Amino acid sequence: MTEAIRVEGLVKTFGQFRALDGLDLEVRTGEVHGFLGPNGAGKTTTIRVLLGLMRADGGTARLLGGDPWSEATALHRRLAYVPGDVTLWPNLSGGEVIDMLGRLRGGIDTDRRDELIERFALDPRKKCRTYSKGNRQKVAVIAALASQVELLIFDEPTSGLDPLMEVVFREVVARERDAGRTVLLSSHILSEVDALCERVTIIRAGRTVESGTLSDLRHLTRTSIQAELARPADGLDTLAGVHDLVVEDSGVRFSVDAEQLDQALARLSAAGVRSLVSQPPTLEELFLRHYESAPAAAAPVERPAGVAR
Amino acid sequence: MSVSTRPAPAGTATPAPRSSDLTGTGKLVRLILRRDRWLLVWWLVLALYPASAARSLDNLYPTAADLQRFADDMLANSALTALYGQLHGASLGEVTAWRIGSYPAILGLLSLLVVIRHTRVEEAAGRRELVGSTAVGRHAGLVAALSVTFLINIVVALVIAATLRGAGLPGAGSLAVGAQFAVGGCVFAAVGGLAAQLTTSPMAARGIALGTLGVTFLVRALGDVSAVNGGALGWLTWLSPIGWAQQIRAYDSNRWWVLLVALAAVAVLSATAVAVSARRDIGSGVIDERPGPATAAPGLRSAGALARRLQRGSLLGWLVAFAVAGLLYGSVARTVADSIDDDGNGRLRDVLARLGGTGAAVDAWLSAMMGLMAILAAGYAIQAARRLDAEESGQRSEILLATATGRLRWAAGHLVFAFVGPALLLAVGALAAAATSGEAGRQTSRLLGAGLAQLPAVWVLAAVTVALFGLLPRLAAAAWGALALCVLLGDVGAALDLPQGLLDVSPFTHTPKLPGGDFSAMPLIVLTAVAVVVTAVGLTGLRRRDMPAN
Repeated sequence: MTEAIRVEGLVKTFGQFRALDGLDLEVRTGEVHGFLGPNGAGKTTTIRVLLGLMRADGGTARLLGGDPWSEATALHRRLAYVPGDVTLWPNLSGGEVIDMLGRLRGGIDTDRRDELIERFALDPRKKCRTYSKGNRQKVAVIAALASQVELLIFDEPTSGLDPLMEVVFREVVARERDAGRTVLLSSHILSEVDALCERVTIIRAGRTVESGTLSDLRHLTRTSIQAELARPADGLDTLAGVHDLVVEDSGVRFSVDAEQLDQALARLSAAGVRSLVSQPPTLEELFLRHYESAPAAAAPVERPAGVAR
Repeated sequence: MSVSTRPAPAGTATPAPRSSDLTGTGKLVRLILRRDRWLLVWWLVLALYPASAARSLDNLYPTAADLQRFADDMLANSALTALYGQLHGASLGEVTAWRIGSYPAILGLLSLLVVIRHTRVEEAAGRRELVGSTAVGRHAGLVAALSVTFLINIVVALVIAATLRGAGLPGAGSLAVGAQFAVGGCVFAAVGGLAAQLTTSPMAARGIALGTLGVTFLVRALGDVSAVNGGALGWLTWLSPIGWAQQIRAYDSNRWWVLLVALAAVAVLSATAVAVSARRDIGSGVIDERPGPATAAPGLRSAGALARRLQRGSLLGWLVAFAVAGLLYGSVARTVADSIDDDGNGRLRDVLARLGGTGAAVDAWLSAMMGLMAILAAGYAIQAARRLDAEESGQRSEILLATATGRLRWAAGHLVFAFVGPALLLAVGALAAAATSGEAGRQTSRLLGAGLAQLPAVWVLAAVTVALFGLLPRLAAAAWGALALCVLLGDVGAALDLPQGLLDVSPFTHTPKLPGGDFSAMPLIVLTAVAVVVTAVGLTGLRRRDMPAN
């Protein structure tokens, strides 16, 4: 099995509202896959369909080679899930919840559990009622990581963790990746996805807008340039692919599409470059572009690499 | 600067409430009214009950002589004194006020639940922290919850006074009955406010407040029974807020000064709650939480085991309550039987018949009490089944259902309690009643059978709860409405001469009235079949629908 998750044209409606509107998602076995999108884009709904908690109205979904709805219980033995908003049983201790969830999946690795409890600095004797949001999240994350499963599904797992614990989370997930486990990581914390994921899927309003490796996607974004020039530069404003051009006394600022970078630089050097600051596209920019006014008309799901060059 | 070891505001050792501590109270009052508007409407419906009780008594006992004979019978009856309180006179007003004597306790129950809902529940859910970070004083939440509850109780009191006056009863006495209800509501609202400060868990706070209500009810019952029979324990009544409410003696002497006692209690309890609230951190209590085990016991490895863990405390509490109730009902069975036999016109028998009691005197009493227990057991069944709903809307079911736990197995863990729990409750209640009835040898098997014969009706209500949860999860709370309808049909249906077709809606109409009544198996088989089918339909709905429901 080379695909842990394959979702095609998934549709889910709540009354009039189309939460998922033809969503596609492909997660290969053994990869850490970033699942990005703004709040309300449909990340949680997609995960709930994959977990057999919700039934899709259209499209297909396959999980670990099985049907997520009809084979839910058997499939769940092989995966662990951490919801975005973790609520636990107030009168159980954190340690009890970790053990119970592990046993309800494929079993729990107690050495791994003890190690994780220590790394995340969790007091497992406290009742869940007294845990903060971050601590409840730690309980669910530890329970997932210590479970003997093939697939880990995290829905915004670090939204309540402090920066120190975020680092711990990244380290332990990197270890899972190296151990060959598949991870679906839904997030809007971009640095986390940047650090952990080989491939990402970006969704917006229930549709997939981009999917591919991070380097694929970087080709699609603009590099921002700030240059000090000896003479005014000619022809920048007429060059296709140059955006947000600002001409100042001593130089220019603009952003430029990857495919026009070469020509833009040629015009700059013709005008005598005194200093140049160029910033590579950050994931933030990549992400923001898809938040902005919708390229709603179906953007190609996986753009052929040739177009970018 | 003085430094306090307590986390008191601004480093003062004993913070006196300042006006800034109350900033935003008005806004929170509006928030509570917005969130609970429907609950509050239902509360007002309760206010219409006294006037309808007055009309119903007026119909049953149209002349002064009828009322006098009824009052004489009641006076001689310790069990009813324990249930309703002391009866002081035989006018329609006095008899009405007596008949509804325990209703202020129901208002108290609602009040304490609402206050805890808007204080400790908010805090445990983390919402108080959010609200507390805005321009809201540190006491605003507690004071707002208490204010709303006091206010609604006063409104209820005025509605009661107006409707009783409208039913032709004297104005002063009607106002006194209203005050009686307001006392029950306001004192227990303050009890709830204090209980909410003591523990970190809403459940424990409810336990403390409900326990207080239960104890004061029993203390009042003991005091009243002692007073009526010339005993020495009459003073016990004065230890109980429910006792104060009744000691106003509406339509008799209308002792308004008793209100001062209640007012003082409300003031002291509320001030204590505010003082405790000022001395503690947000999210903490006075009674500390003990740490739990670091690892789970070997048995905690299935959804069923989790359900047992979540449900056992509640079932244990109900079992104790049924045992106590059974012991009480059993012990007064003889006394009641004697008073029924002395009652030449059979009026008391009428009263019991309306409660579902038939047959010989002792049996009439016992079967009426079995009917009551069946209603309570149905309350437990609904509560236990609705735990599914609580788990789902509390988002705890999601992480569980993402493990290798199927929906049916998850549901089954809780439904075992909804279906087997009532059997245990009825059995314990029956055995306890038999033990104190004075003829344990004869009554044990009779009462056990009588209790278990009610079970199919209880199951139907549990099944309705499951069906609502599976098919119409948004309306799951309507299960309580179904039980209320059954109670209403049983309580007033016969008196109002409602058509049999309507009465038949309640499953309790069909269960045999045992001991003493005719037994027939057919209704029990039909009711059980209905329960099975309705449950199956509900579970099918649960399997097919989205979770969480939207």
